[in-house]
Amino acid sequence: MDWTAILLTVKLAALTTLLLAIVGLPLAYWLATTRRRWRAVVDAAVAVPLLLPPTVLGFYFLMSTGPNTAVGRLYGRLFDGTLPFSFAGILLASVVYNLPFAVRPFASGFAAVDHRLIEAARCLGASGPRTFLTVVLPLSWPAVLAGLVLAFAHTVGEFGVVLMVGGNIPGVTRTIALAIYDDVQALDYASANAASALLVVFAAAVLGVTYSLQRRPLPL
Amino acid sequence: MTHVPRLLVLVLVGAAAAAAPASGQAAGARPAVVRVAAAADLKFALDEAAARLARREPALRVEATYGSSGSMHAQLRQRAPYDLYLSADVDYPRDLVSRGTGSVRDLFTYATGRLVVWVPAGSTLPVERDGLRALESARRIAVANPRHAPYGRAAEAALRRTGIWDRVSRRLVLGENVAQAAQFVQSGAADAAIIAKSLVAAPAFGGAGRLWDVPDTLYPPLVQGGLILPWAASRAGAERFRDFLVGDEGRALLQAYGFGPPPR
Repeated sequence: MDWTAILLTVKLAALTTLLLAIVGLPLAYWLATTRRRWRAVVDAAVAVPLLLPPTVLGFYFLMSTGPNTAVGRLYGRLFDGTLPFSFAGILLASVVYNLPFAVRPFASGFAAVDHRLIEAARCLGASGPRTFLTVVLPLSWPAVLAGLVLAFAHTVGEFGVVLMVGGNIPGVTRTIALAIYDDVQALDYASANAASALLVVFAAAVLGVTYSLQRRPLPL
Repeated sequence: MTHVPRLLVLVLVGAAAAAAPASGQAAGARPAVVRVAAAADLKFALDEAAARLARREPALRVEATYGSSGSMHAQLRQRAPYDLYLSADVDYPRDLVSRGTGSVRDLFTYATGRLVVWVPAGSTLPVERDGLRALESARRIAVANPRHAPYGRAAEAALRRTGIWDRVSRRLVLGENVAQAAQFVQSGAADAAIIAKSLVAAPAFGGAGRLWDVPDTLYPPLVQGGLILPWAASRAGAERFRDFLVGDEGRALLQAYGFGPPPR
């Protein structure tokens, strides 16, 4: 079994989840509470990857971040490298691709919080961020957890985008999904089987733990 | 909620209307379809071969699916529903025969693949002067995956025989098949590729660039072989297409696309 690929996949999934928490929580809160008209536009933009095959995202990502593009030149100047075929590249693609899997559960959880509680907190002088951290988040944490777990698990299982933009480099962009694919193509069924079985156990365990946690009050 | 079923009905009626003319056509003179599992290096050449054959014999239609020869081989071991297998490496169809899939009489060779280094037109890599050694200063070199794509193995062999494998292997990016490796360099994401001549020499390959023929002493010959599959739904059609490919016209066409003749 390809432990390098497994470690890389865990790293990719963990960083994707972290970035989605940083970007996704405020975005979801805004989506759940704003009354601005272009909320619908942002909502749709976030959800678009749900409807697209990963190949579409991979294709556009490859075409728009190569060294001859504006994005690619800017990135090259800042970090001396290229986004395609790099870990940063698959991380960025993965964040975009998983945005709906995190933001949509977050937003539905926030929207379900009784608005009077939020107003009460604000009337008592709490700031927006403080209200979010001390009122909204504790009341909606199962949804937040679900979003984070979904994003993590979905990244572990991601294949199409990484295949299109990663270049299958061991230790850099060869995730476990790609390693399994390669094993199967090379007729190494024993190795493919070991890694696949591990993923099945992992997926079942993650979902089992998540569902049982969600039945309890906030474990803090 | 009442508008949902109505919408559904609309969609269904629309879909039925769109499907109707197609099924009406199929009921007429239906051409025999030959489904081909083809190595990715055949992409452009085979499209033209199929078009030419279709003009001459309208009763025959070739539908090709492209991928790495190894992927196709793995699928065919599970009885993938193709009629004809065209591999970039004759060892794959030969292996199928040795496993009892197909008859040795239906095994044939049709071309020899050629390996080239390709760089975009603006590249400063001196491939014409230094050949493969020019790649030592390349950042990202696209090749097909050596684990299951014949051109990937040929590229690896050539880099090893040139003595630069240790210095460039970390900079290789692997395409699932040789066509994906071509796409990596065509998009500008990789700055050089060691790929099939048949892909980059074809007019349909967009993007200006320069190519350098890797001397065939640097890699084991890419003998391209095929097999008519025992479960072929259209055996006559598969034989017809094979005869076309190994015949004079097919061979000339393949050579125009950068393939060499098969070994005698």
